[in-house]
Amino acid sequence: MASISIRNLVKEYGDGYPAVNDVSLEIEDGEFVILVGPSGSGKSTVLRMIAGLEDITSGELLIDGERVNEKPPRERNVAMVFQNYALYPHLSVYENIAFPMRLHKGQFSKEEVDQKVRKAAETLELTEHLDRKPANLSGGQRQRVAMGRAIVREAAAFLFDEPLSNLDAKLRGQMRTEISQLQRRLNTTSVYVTHDQTEAMTLGDRVAVLKKGELQQVASPRELYEQPLNLFVAGFIGAPSMNFLPGSVEGTTLKTPIGEIELNEKQAEAGRDKEVVLAGIRPEFFDEASQVDASQRAKGQVFTAELSHTEWLGNEQYAYVNYENDPRVTDVLQSLAEDMDADELRTQLVVAVDAMSTIRGGDTAELWVNTRRIHLFDPATGENLTRDAEAGARLTEMAREDRQREAERAGAKLSS
Amino acid sequence: MAAGKLTSKQRVAWTFLTIGVLLYALFPVASIFVTSFKTQADLGSNQFWPTTWTWDNYEMIFVGGAQELFLTALRNSIGITLIATAVAVVLSTLCAYAIARLNFPGKRIILGTALAVSIFPVISVVTPLFNLWRTIGLYDTWLGLIIPYLSLTLPISIWTLSAFFRQIPWELEQAALVDGATQWQAFRKAIVPLAAPGVFTTAIIAFFIAWNDFVYGISLTSTEAARPVPAALAFFTGASQFEEPTGAISAAAIVVTIPVVVLVLLFQRQIVSGLTQGAVKG
Repeated sequence: MASISIRNLVKEYGDGYPAVNDVSLEIEDGEFVILVGPSGSGKSTVLRMIAGLEDITSGELLIDGERVNEKPPRERNVAMVFQNYALYPHLSVYENIAFPMRLHKGQFSKEEVDQKVRKAAETLELTEHLDRKPANLSGGQRQRVAMGRAIVREAAAFLFDEPLSNLDAKLRGQMRTEISQLQRRLNTTSVYVTHDQTEAMTLGDRVAVLKKGELQQVASPRELYEQPLNLFVAGFIGAPSMNFLPGSVEGTTLKTPIGEIELNEKQAEAGRDKEVVLAGIRPEFFDEASQVDASQRAKGQVFTAELSHTEWLGNEQYAYVNYENDPRVTDVLQSLAEDMDADELRTQLVVAVDAMSTIRGGDTAELWVNTRRIHLFDPATGENLTRDAEAGARLTEMAREDRQREAERAGAKLSS
Repeated sequence: MAAGKLTSKQRVAWTFLTIGVLLYALFPVASIFVTSFKTQADLGSNQFWPTTWTWDNYEMIFVGGAQELFLTALRNSIGITLIATAVAVVLSTLCAYAIARLNFPGKRIILGTALAVSIFPVISVVTPLFNLWRTIGLYDTWLGLIIPYLSLTLPISIWTLSAFFRQIPWELEQAALVDGATQWQAFRKAIVPLAAPGVFTTAIIAFFIAWNDFVYGISLTSTEAARPVPAALAFFTGASQFEEPTGAISAAAIVVTIPVVVLVLLFQRQIVSGLTQGAVKG
């Protein structure tokens, strides 16, 4: 168990391209931190630098307060789970799990190794597969063997490199829960790399969002969602993505292509001196006007729009509204779309409506939008103009307390 | 099989093709085999099968007149070939590992040179080598053959092994490193077991090349000190100068074929085993 301090970490490749640029991150003992970002954001590189598989160009890496920049992987006492499992195909499941202990000759007696392997196998429900070879296991089982190899070590930290991306969707959900519970039970500091929204939101105590090697924001999933620091974080976190409507603020009115939206004084204040702003509205801020009761209705505004089409997903339904984009922001939105791995920018508003709703494409619908949760972004800098830093910090502090409570509960369960 | 079942027409075609290839490949061996059991009188009979089966030819090379010539040659062949194979395998394993794993300047040059050496005609090297070896005292010694054999076996070993090493998932080694292994342990415990089939295959190929060599064997030796079997066969003599020692040569040829066959049968499984399956998502 250990804390990990990443200080101004830089990774440059031979051609001088910084894959990771000045990333700083303090990871507390027992914390579960997710590194998330689109491909090429440097998230895996950061993880591999922690593991010692990648040299550090500059900056400092401390594990448990000790500088480990120059140490080879074996002296860092971290365990890693690879995307492709990286099981030793010539060894049985038992020997795969025992492998790390076998490397430290004399440190573990035969009985100790056996006991630890069996305990890990039991935890991961692998007992009946111990004599089999990895080739004969299913994807989920292989993943569990890889985790078994990590947990027998009693390592200072677990590093996960997109461990679930090779599994099918159903299994992924199940393994996600298992990883989460395992981490809580063992209370081992964990760093987890993923590009999957759901994994980032559900697993992490804190989530670090990276773009092109630069850290954008580190916060609890809730804070990222509610109080994103900039346009990129707002757009990257949440699926479907946040809508960005161009507009200008006059008085307390936001003029947008879909109509005028009345803002409160604080919001309007933030955007008033900008010529053009981007209003960030998540799909679920919308609803069908008829579904919203009167007390709620006052918190937002009703407008009419023609729907281009709808998508029904069983538990939810999305309606799409086409709008004319403002030429002043097309470049910004285009580059944002590229940053987020989306191929092109769509001038389509995504609106979440009730799954039971009967509105269909072609209809003109009365929609309601919750205006209080709208964020305004500066298209020039990407900065969130209406971010409430205090509220955000409160959300992250809440997640921290949650974690500590859970760790205590798990600890109590272990000792009883 | 993913290819599905063959139609009966395809099956017949394949059967004929297989039989044809087998006949083409095995008929000479069978012919030498039966010849080695023929009596001197049978040799000119123009019949495939011997009229009487006899061990005379084998007796001759093992305990009879050709004994000294054959047995020392056999000892030379075995010794020289094994040493050349072992050296080739060790050197090419290290070299191929570096080529497959590391990025260093001159990687292409090494591979290119290896290829160039392997396509260089042996016969054009042999005369200068003969002169050089005589000057520096390597002529007619084991080492004098081992070195040229390395020039034959190393290039192909480096090529086969580096191709093989490239298929081994890089991540396994990294996993071992993170699991607490040193670079050497990671190589020995995670990579070598996976590379073993490739190394076996390479060793066998290298062994065959050295074992079957004739040109170097006949040109760079003059006495029993280093002469290998393929070269020694040319020095067999019949009972009189009018008799061709065909029977004895056939027997010797069969004897030197045995190690090759045994090797293949022994390591067949290693050669074809799909050990890397399951290392990564299949």
